[in-house]
Amino acid sequence: MTTKTHETTPVLPLPEGVARAVALVGGVIAAASAMMSWTWTSDFPGDLTYYGSPAGLQWLALVGGALTALLVLGSYGTPGIRWISPSGGKNGILFAALGTMAVCWYTVAAISIQLGGLANLEPGGWVAAIGSLIAVLGALGLPLDRRLTVKQPTVQWWWYAVAAASVLFWFGLDQGWVLVAIPDGIEDIFTTNTWFFLTLPAAILLFKGWLLLDKALRIGRIERPLPAVRELSSWIEILLIAGIFAVGLAAVTFGVSAEYGELFVGYLLLIGFATAALNSSGLLARIRDLTAKHRAVTTGGAFAAAGAFPFTQSSDTYTLIAVNILIFATVALGLNVVVGLAGLLDLGYVAFLGVGAYAAALVSGSPFSVFRGVHLPFPIAVLIGALAALVFGVVIGAPTLRLRGDYLAIVTLGFGEIFRITMNNMDGNSGPSLTNGPNGIAAIPDVTMFGFDFGKSHNILGIELGKFGNYLLLMLVATAIVVTVFSRVSDSRIGRAWVAIREDETAAEAMGINGFRVKLIAFALGATLAGLAGAVQAHVASAVSPDQYLFAGAVPPNSAFLLAAVILGGMGTISGPLVGAAMLFLIPAKLQFLQSYQLLAFGVALILLMRFRPEGLIASRRQKLEYHEADIPAQASPTDDALSKAGA
Amino acid sequence: MTTDTAPTTTAKPVLQASGVVMRFGGLTAVNNVDLTVGEGEIVGLIGPNGAGKTTFFNCLTGLYVPTEGTVTYKGTVLPPKPHLVTQAGIARTFQNIRLFANMTVLENVLVGRHTRTNEGLFSAILRGPGYKRAEAESREKAMELLEFCGLANKAQHLARNLPYGEQRKLEIARALASEPGVLLLDEPTAGMNPQETRAAEELVFAIRDKGIAILVIEHDMKFIFNLCDRTAVLVQGQKIVEGDKETVQNDERVITAYLGAPLEGAAEGTSTTAGTEDDQ
Repeated sequence: MTTKTHETTPVLPLPEGVARAVALVGGVIAAASAMMSWTWTSDFPGDLTYYGSPAGLQWLALVGGALTALLVLGSYGTPGIRWISPSGGKNGILFAALGTMAVCWYTVAAISIQLGGLANLEPGGWVAAIGSLIAVLGALGLPLDRRLTVKQPTVQWWWYAVAAASVLFWFGLDQGWVLVAIPDGIEDIFTTNTWFFLTLPAAILLFKGWLLLDKALRIGRIERPLPAVRELSSWIEILLIAGIFAVGLAAVTFGVSAEYGELFVGYLLLIGFATAALNSSGLLARIRDLTAKHRAVTTGGAFAAAGAFPFTQSSDTYTLIAVNILIFATVALGLNVVVGLAGLLDLGYVAFLGVGAYAAALVSGSPFSVFRGVHLPFPIAVLIGALAALVFGVVIGAPTLRLRGDYLAIVTLGFGEIFRITMNNMDGNSGPSLTNGPNGIAAIPDVTMFGFDFGKSHNILGIELGKFGNYLLLMLVATAIVVTVFSRVSDSRIGRAWVAIREDETAAEAMGINGFRVKLIAFALGATLAGLAGAVQAHVASAVSPDQYLFAGAVPPNSAFLLAAVILGGMGTISGPLVGAAMLFLIPAKLQFLQSYQLLAFGVALILLMRFRPEGLIASRRQKLEYHEADIPAQASPTDDALSKAGA
Repeated sequence: MTTDTAPTTTAKPVLQASGVVMRFGGLTAVNNVDLTVGEGEIVGLIGPNGAGKTTFFNCLTGLYVPTEGTVTYKGTVLPPKPHLVTQAGIARTFQNIRLFANMTVLENVLVGRHTRTNEGLFSAILRGPGYKRAEAESREKAMELLEFCGLANKAQHLARNLPYGEQRKLEIARALASEPGVLLLDEPTAGMNPQETRAAEELVFAIRDKGIAILVIEHDMKFIFNLCDRTAVLVQGQKIVEGDKETVQNDERVITAYLGAPLEGAAEGTSTTAGTEDDQ
């Protein structure tokens, strides 16, 4: 029907049998290297000095190598593990091998650089590096799905000119020649940041390198129909889902509790490549089908897995991170009503979180609250927080929602800042005394419900559950409420009206939808959900202050990060913003070892993600079609009987 | 108004526009147009490009607020808000298809039912029995309409993936979902091949048989004269003639508007139909 766009050929001309064996052996070697010592000293974080017991990054090499080997075996139909590669495509093997190689080489490089030289490697390090390279070479010899044509932007000659000029300028700075021409006042900026002039040439070279690599490999994707699933009893399917969640919980726990930056970088590399690998092998599609079939079980399982997290932790360090992720994710899901469904770009959303938090904090018995004596029960405080946010949402929405598009974004941005500055000024000096100004409302007492003090450790089923473990479970309830509301509303008359407004406001109004009213409802609902999360947040952090509610800052949640979480995760979906929020929280938190380059690295990560997955991590059915239309096989041409049937 | 053929409608009027004027600054796009659509009628609206047909439509449906004049539906004056007009019972399609491209075919039609249901936010969250009943009924009616338009087998496709002709049909199905008393079609066969046009004709007749009056803008003269009980011709914002097929086809001013004024002494032969020049 259509011209051929893809082929299935190896990159390296090896006999298939040999390539297969090489990839398998490489994967096994890389996995086995985890059992060896990689370096001689425990100075490198994670202590990779032991034989027989993998640690830190070695675990990642083990998982990556094993995954490569399993994919080789599975895609060639080895009985028992065929399930890991239902599509039978070989690209997954390459991705897994690349992931393993990335982890191993990154580790070896990190050891050499930190400890000063390759001499610091023990045999295990060499084995890991060479084994993973062998796996990649083997995988390149397998029949891979490749594009026939490569469409690439050309690197213009003047890019190189700019790069060369940049290097020259850097060299000039280094030699002190250029400084003559620079006024004294700003001289420091140039002399202290000379490396900056090298980033541009580096980026251009990297880009060119990527283009060359892409041209050589031409890795593409052929959609293969998955073989029919064997009928399983629903109990076994549910058990499988439980197993998937157990693996997911283990993976997330590993990431959250990655103690040092190197481990987290390795973790990100492996997760990225492994996801690509399993996507190519068709296993992810299988899992999606399975979870779509048992939606209720899946949702329940996700919450059970999240609820099980504090029980896997012995201290409160990582449960606190988990609670904050959950708060951030819940607010992002609330924003998804406004942005994802109704298509209203709200740049001041964090203000609603703040309203909820402040309102709840004022009535929860903090000694710094102006209503000192008032200590309402927690559920009522939450209700007040949500209601205050609702009122605030309607008050802001009523005038602004008459605007469309960019204008709305600017006005909401303004209101977000007005909120923060107002809170800052209502300290009794510059304004009425309400919020205690920049000091905020501190020492909010812990929640006590039904005699259960959330601030204390409790022993539940023999496992110690700390303060933030309690709050995690409490926050899960709030998340569950938001998820329920979102899923029910998105598939309803009002949800459809929102999407219609987002798609084409004029047509929607011509269909009888009162645009303003419907948008106001979306705005108010979004605000209420944020207020709900804010009320819990005030208690978890036991303090609220204006600087928690910025437009942009290094620490989520802030309006910019919330929006990024929604867009990165996937607009209009439920799991998207949750996953996006988790990533946006973890990546900056774990990249702290990069110090001042933290935000730079974060920005680069975001750009790459948006370049390669514009529809977000979790794409809704709609977005997949929107952004990858060309990749999707064309619809069958209309049949004539459909036409003659018209109006019958 | 210089109309020498009085509108001959015996049916009870459904949609009545009287003295509608629409000015954009100094430009008068629609100038004092009267038009009546009676119950069970199919009325055509033709005219050269830029004659103000779509502007007139937009005045009827509340997208534009007419500078002067009123539009009444079954005797009540319509407020100039699109959603209230639709609620009153006037549905429309657009000249350039305006579907909700990233919603499924079924969802598009369900959006059309917005004014005929009233489940709000809270009933959606609580999902009581009343909500479920209303939702099931909506889906059933939407499927009936898709069946009617021959799109039932594509209910779960995304609207953007439909071929052109089916997108037009879906727009009609979506408009019908609001249970209108009168349907306004803006060039429903633009870009269609003759076969598709014939199917569209059948569809319009089927809609009329449901008791829905239709006002249709079209450039395809064969389509118009096959279909319409009456046709009005709009030229430069003015209705120059209104009447049945023969009246319109033989009207000098219509011929002039479409073909230009005949040269002096070359008048023979130009009194043939004005309707052939747009035929496909």
